[in-house]
Amino acid sequence: MNLTTKALIVTAALALAACQNPRGGMDAGFGAGAGGVGGPGGIGMTELGDPNDPGSIAHFNERVGDRVFFETDQSSLTQLAQDTLRRQAVWLTQNPQYQILIEGHADERGTREYNVALGARRANAVESFLIQQGVTASRLRTTSYGKERPVEACPEARCWNQNRRAVTVVQ
Amino acid sequence: MMDLTRPSFVAGLLALAALALAPVAAPAQSGPLRIEVTEGVIAPVPYAIPDFVPENAAAAQYAGAIARVVANNLTGTGLLREIPRDAHVGRITSFDSPVQFSDWRAINAQALITGAARLDGQQLRVKFRLFDVVSGQQMGDGLQFDGTATNWRRMAHRVSDAIYTRLTGEGGYFDSRVVFVAESGPRENRRKQLAIMDQDGENVQYLTDGGTLVLAPRFSPRGERVLYTSYEGGTPRVVLMDLASRSRQLLADQPGTMTFAPRFAPNGQSVIFSLSVGGTTNLYALDLGSGQRVQLTNTAAIDTAPSFSPDGGRIVFESDRSGTSQLYVMPASGGQAQRISSGEGRYSTPVWSPRGDLIAFTKSQGGRFHIGVMRTDGSNERLLTSSFLDEGPTWAPNGRVIMFTREAAGGDPQIFSVDISGRNLRRVPSPGPASDPAWSPLLP
Repeated sequence: MNLTTKALIVTAALALAACQNPRGGMDAGFGAGAGGVGGPGGIGMTELGDPNDPGSIAHFNERVGDRVFFETDQSSLTQLAQDTLRRQAVWLTQNPQYQILIEGHADERGTREYNVALGARRANAVESFLIQQGVTASRLRTTSYGKERPVEACPEARCWNQNRRAVTVVQ
Repeated sequence: MMDLTRPSFVAGLLALAALALAPVAAPAQSGPLRIEVTEGVIAPVPYAIPDFVPENAAAAQYAGAIARVVANNLTGTGLLREIPRDAHVGRITSFDSPVQFSDWRAINAQALITGAARLDGQQLRVKFRLFDVVSGQQMGDGLQFDGTATNWRRMAHRVSDAIYTRLTGEGGYFDSRVVFVAESGPRENRRKQLAIMDQDGENVQYLTDGGTLVLAPRFSPRGERVLYTSYEGGTPRVVLMDLASRSRQLLADQPGTMTFAPRFAPNGQSVIFSLSVGGTTNLYALDLGSGQRVQLTNTAAIDTAPSFSPDGGRIVFESDRSGTSQLYVMPASGGQAQRISSGEGRYSTPVWSPRGDLIAFTKSQGGRFHIGVMRTDGSNERLLTSSFLDEGPTWAPNGRVIMFTREAAGGDPQIFSVDISGRNLRRVPSPGPASDPAWSPLLP
């Protein structure tokens, strides 16, 4: 893969991240529980800030890139994923005031229980990589949504590719 | 309650051998009426069930409705076919009057069910009789059920179970419930509520409010509690709910871990589940009395979806320790696990039959998902269904019918049922999109 191609893929991934993560993850108000919008647990609110402000969560989500993608049934980090996570690690180290939740996700082509375990494995792969890159372990937590929270709901490979992901949620 | 000396009933309890030995009793049927569940049926047995006789005016609202519930259950098995009431020649006006079999032979009924209902205050009495029309004999004695009128549907299910047992020699499954996940909202942020209903889709009640994501409920062996996976707090964790009080208890709550895929031991005293930590998922057992937790597997793989054998001695589970998800059996205390699945594809969510003879599972192969059954040593694999996504089998109390989740490509999930013969695939009614059914034992 030449550098131009790689740059194009990175740009595409960033554009995707920009349009897919308006809430800063599945559950910006973590304590409220997943899908808690409108529920009795209350609604969490996080200031995303201006993406042009390099210290803002919006900047992390949209410019650094908050997510990495996986092959079917895999939790190994592709070169592209490692590049994204290195950028994440730099930003997270520079912005130590934030806590970090890593959500692992799976596509819909597996059973519910297996996908929860697979999401956990993916979240752990990202967590371990970030720790290797110097992010303090005590700032990191992981969870897995299995196939419960797709970002793209079409029954086709192009959507499954987007759903096999780990999202780094800055809080 | 039953007169075992009656020739027709004795014959009804005997297995296939009786059919072979019995003399030809009448045209179109040799020997007593008997339906083999395991074979399924290609031509369902025609039967008639007139409205039950109201024995007082107050019972009128129940008499017809109970017969309809029974008919819906029996016809729903696919083993029987109801002859429409407007085709009936005979009329049942008194529960105890002799049956004019010629009236029912005239419409080709092979079985006839008669019944009566009486309401005194809130006390409802329901009676029924089952007749083999061809031989002109009653199958077993009449049975009577007494209960409160609010339980009239359950009484109808008890009648259905008794009839099913007399016709097939198998235990019934109609007086049972299903706990499941009711779904609503967009797929990207699906609202999931725990719900419970009768096996025929009636009497739906919601157990959680939908504010928290919930997955995959499981009944306790006596049906009074359910285990499920809940995201209250943001990570998947096993919760135990008491159905009567709706009180909930977080099990195996340990920070930094995720727990899911719970299932009760057959004695109801302990729970097995998956625990994920550090990217590995292993199986654990938790004693509900002492709170003591024991690790059952220890691999770097994903070990999940455990299910006990009915005698409590063994556990079947899925693991990708070989590289893809396959089924394994190990002693209930852990230890050496034997792989039992050997075909192509990925195997998941094994569930031991309550009869102990079969293991149901989900299989994915070539882009399709199947519900299948195999013997407990992995032999005689049979796929019962095929679709874009079928998953998560659960057994009827008699081990003869399986419910599961089916999702069409891009569609909403629904609960379906299928016979272990692979016949009689049906959608189970639910108030909306529904998934993760778990079938209760027969109600006490």
